[in-house]
Amino acid sequence: MKAACWFGKFDVRVETVPDPEILNPRDAIVKISSTAVCGSDLHLYDGFIPTMEKGDILGHEFMGEIVEVGSGVKTLRVGDRVVVPFPISCGNCFFCKKGLFSCCENSNPNATLAEKMWGHSPCGIFGYSHLLGGYAGGQAEYARVPFADVGPIKIESNLDDEQVLFLSDIFPTGYMAAENCNIQPGDTVAVWGCGPVGQFAIKSCFMLGAERVIAIDRFPERLQMARQESGAETLNYEESDISEALAELTGGRGPDACIDAVGMEAHHGHGIVHAYDRVKQTMMLETDRPIALREALMACRNGGTVSVPGVYGGLADKIPIGSIMNKGLTIRSGQTHVQRYMRPLLERIERGDIDPSYVITHRMPLEEASKAYEMFAKKQDECIKVVLKPEH
Amino acid sequence: MANNQNNLGQRLALGLAWFSIGLGLAQILAPRRMAQTVGMKKSKSNTLMRMLGAREITSGIGILTQRKTSKWLLARVAGDAMDLAILGSAFSSKRSDRNRVIAATAAVAGVSALDLYCSRQLSRNGSDTKKIQVRKSITIGRSPEDLYEFWRHFDRLPVIMNHLVSVEPIGHDRWHWVAKAPAGKTVEWDAELIEDDPNELIAWRSLKGSQVDNAGVIQFERAPAGRGTIVHVELEYSPPAGMIGAKIAKLFHVAPEQQIGIDLRRFKQLMETGEIARTEGQSAGRATSTSKKYDDYVRA
Repeated sequence: MKAACWFGKFDVRVETVPDPEILNPRDAIVKISSTAVCGSDLHLYDGFIPTMEKGDILGHEFMGEIVEVGSGVKTLRVGDRVVVPFPISCGNCFFCKKGLFSCCENSNPNATLAEKMWGHSPCGIFGYSHLLGGYAGGQAEYARVPFADVGPIKIESNLDDEQVLFLSDIFPTGYMAAENCNIQPGDTVAVWGCGPVGQFAIKSCFMLGAERVIAIDRFPERLQMARQESGAETLNYEESDISEALAELTGGRGPDACIDAVGMEAHHGHGIVHAYDRVKQTMMLETDRPIALREALMACRNGGTVSVPGVYGGLADKIPIGSIMNKGLTIRSGQTHVQRYMRPLLERIERGDIDPSYVITHRMPLEEASKAYEMFAKKQDECIKVVLKPEH
Repeated sequence: MANNQNNLGQRLALGLAWFSIGLGLAQILAPRRMAQTVGMKKSKSNTLMRMLGAREITSGIGILTQRKTSKWLLARVAGDAMDLAILGSAFSSKRSDRNRVIAATAAVAGVSALDLYCSRQLSRNGSDTKKIQVRKSITIGRSPEDLYEFWRHFDRLPVIMNHLVSVEPIGHDRWHWVAKAPAGKTVEWDAELIEDDPNELIAWRSLKGSQVDNAGVIQFERAPAGRGTIVHVELEYSPPAGMIGAKIAKLFHVAPEQQIGIDLRRFKQLMETGEIARTEGQSAGRATSTSKKYDDYVRA
């Protein structure tokens, strides 16, 4: 089969590799009909996530048709149309039973490695470094799905791929980010980053009753999408001072909740601060550039919540801990517990509350994955979201 | 394992540690007085004396706080050599009091011999040998009964322990263990059950004269509020005669404490999910691992 493989920084190639096989009783094989490049894939592309190996198959947002099931899978049959959640979760452990699927204790074969870095290991994730299991990903014609009796959700209505594909990651991720804000009537939420997760976070904030959402980015097309599709107010950080503008827009109090949908590769910030982080990152003294996070922590109102769906990998400096403590902030984060949100969000799509396909700006054949990565990374052609189609 | 001689070594080490700290403090707080005591006169030696003091304190604290006492004692030996060299230069210096320098040199040489003796004693015996001891705990969402039942059949252990080839019952609560060794070889030994409290504890030990002298105990403790079972494992491997300890460590792909952690996690995976999470045999755009760190086997 054809698969998009990682070969190094800025080096993604479509290679011919063997078709996947069932390796465990609870595995299934999915013939992929649609797959997408995620903003978090760019951290791999840019070389910021360690423990990648040349030849690793990328991709954690995919859907398709079940073509084979292991002896232990009783809930799915060959021919079922499914969306696959990006966290690989067993459904049996302490965390899965609590609905904290991305904290699964049993799905990361390289948990020892993750423990060294983070104290404890989260779940395994498709195509997202050996630190997170080293599982082959779904930017391919086929994928092996472990614990297939827990993760994949059957799509029985005749919704298009593009309407349900994002149940695999970014829609639940934006939704959980909003849910983590504990939104109360009258609340204003500020969202840093208007990529696809930011867009769904904004939409979800309104779904969950936010009065206002203030969206922050520097790309006009992304800000426009936030305004048009969700009714957000927008701030371009290249044109205005964010902390001043947020104070002004919230009557001096600050947003009730802030969402960092940017993560470890933030681009903005004052020249000197940005240079500081770039230098430390280059010298391996800091792995992450927490510019959006710092700003969110400082801007958030007293007793407010800062929700972090943006991906961070290691260590960050100059985090305003004094602001967190003295203002009594609550910080909520985590890889998304996708399995928990798939059913209720599919129902919302079926009801017509939302059609997540609005974030798609580009559709390309899987063979052009390399070009898709470059275009998305460089934000060429106003690229916001790329869907790849394998040609079987 | 500690014998009388080793106890003596330990007490001596403790004494030397406090001697180090005391001497170091004196050197830092009263450098001039110390220089005079050992017969060095130049006031320039104050800084040198203070540096020596810092070194003394470091090695003293090292001996007191570190498990590898003998290494820190060897650091003291190196320090003593340095002192002797400095005293030697003081001896040839005209400004120094020769008699005092001779006395100090004799004292340092004496302490040095003591350091060396103590270090030798400790590394020859007991606590500081290459014996490997590991402990690890894990919480598993199954009852103590289920977990005991699995482990009591030692022949099942190779399923969760990658480094084992087989464990076969040979009767009378004894099993024949075969483990992988480097270069495609194996090591084998017989072990017997030495304690068996149903649903609570299992302990085993290799028979006398085994190629790999080892022992293990696993305990099953019911976790509160239906959270399953807390499993504690302790393993001990001793270096066999004629085989250096490092080779034992090579029985494992990784450090022994990490290996038992991986084994216990696989035990948990199997007991909770019915299978062991794996990626070996999956497809990849490479024939073999490029870093040799992950993926023992992929298909390309």
